[in-house]
Amino acid sequence: MKWSVFLPYLAVTAGVTYLIRMLPLTVFRREIKNRYIRSFLAYIPYAVLGAMTFPDVFYSTGDIRTAACGVAVAVLLAWRGRSLLTVAVAACCAVALAQGFLLLV
Amino acid sequence: MKSALLKGFRHGIPIGLGYLSVSFAFGMKAVGDGLTVLQAVLISMTNLTSAGQIAALPLMISGASLAEMALTQLTINLRYALMGLSLGRKLDESMGTVQRMIFSFANTDEIFAVASSQPGKIGKHYLYGLMIAPWIGWSLGTLIGAAAGTLLPVFVRSALGIAIYGMFLAIILPPARQRRPVRFVVLTAVALSLCFRYIPGLNTVSSGFVIIICGVAAAALGAWRFPAKEDAA
Repeated sequence: MKWSVFLPYLAVTAGVTYLIRMLPLTVFRREIKNRYIRSFLAYIPYAVLGAMTFPDVFYSTGDIRTAACGVAVAVLLAWRGRSLLTVAVAACCAVALAQGFLLLV
Repeated sequence: MKSALLKGFRHGIPIGLGYLSVSFAFGMKAVGDGLTVLQAVLISMTNLTSAGQIAALPLMISGASLAEMALTQLTINLRYALMGLSLGRKLDESMGTVQRMIFSFANTDEIFAVASSQPGKIGKHYLYGLMIAPWIGWSLGTLIGAAAGTLLPVFVRSALGIAIYGMFLAIILPPARQRRPVRFVVLTAVALSLCFRYIPGLNTVSSGFVIIICGVAAAALGAWRFPAKEDAA
C-alpha cells in the first residue's frame, strides 16, 4: 500500500486507540455511576466481537466447509473455558485436518 | 523496585507468547491484503490491539474515509475506556499523570486482566515490567507472520486464517455461557451482523459501520433489558 495512503490510516488507528486508553486513566478519574451506561460499556466488547466473528469466521479459510469444522472445534473448547491459545491452535488444526480429508475424498 | 519490575515482566511472558501466535496470523493477513511487511509491523507496534487492527485492514484496502476508520476504532476499543476507569482505582501514588500516560498505551484486555487480578495497589515498576513481553510478542509475531507467512504452503496459511476468530470465541463464549445478559448481547449482535451480510440493501453498508451499528445496538439493548445491579465488568 502506498505510504501516502497508509500513514493517515496509521495515525488515526493508533491515535484513537491510544486516546481511548489514555483519557479514562488520566483525565476522567471519576467513577461512572449510571448503571445503564456502565452496563452498556461492559457489554460492548461481547457485542463487537460477536459481530466481528460471525459470519466472517466462515470465510476465513477459503472454504466454508473447513471453516465450519474449525468453528465447531473452537466453539466446543471455548464453551468449556479453554485458554485463548488452546482454542486458536485447536481451530487451526481442525481446519488443517478437514483440508487433508477433503483432498483424500 | 527491581523485584517489582521482574515480577511484572514474568507475569507478561505468557501473554507475550499468546500474542506471538495471534499476531503471526495478523501479519500474514495484512501482507496478503496488500500491505508491506514494515507497514504491518508498524500497525502492531503502535496499536497493540487485535480486534481493532483486524477491523482496520478491510477499511484500509477499500479506501474508507478517515472518519469511518476513527468511529470504527472508537467503537471496537471502547472497552478499554471501561478498563481504564476500573484499573485507575488500583494504581498507587507512584502512578502520576506521566506514568499513567505511558502505561495506558499497553492497557490491553489481557494486561488489564492480569493487572487487576493482583492483590492490593499496583505501582509503576510492576506495570512497566508487565508491558514489555506482550509488546515484543505482538510486534515480533507480526514481523514473522508478515515476512514468512507467504513462504508457507497454502493449506497452512488458510488453516491459520481462523486463529484470530478462535481467540475471539474463547473470549466471548465462557461469559456467554455463565451470564444470560452476555448471551443475549452476543446473540443479538450476531443476528444483526448476519442481516447486514445477507439482506440485499443492508449488505452494501461498509464493514466499519456494520461493526459500529451491531456493537452499539446489541450493547444498548442488553443494557436496557439487563442493567447491571452492582459492578458490571
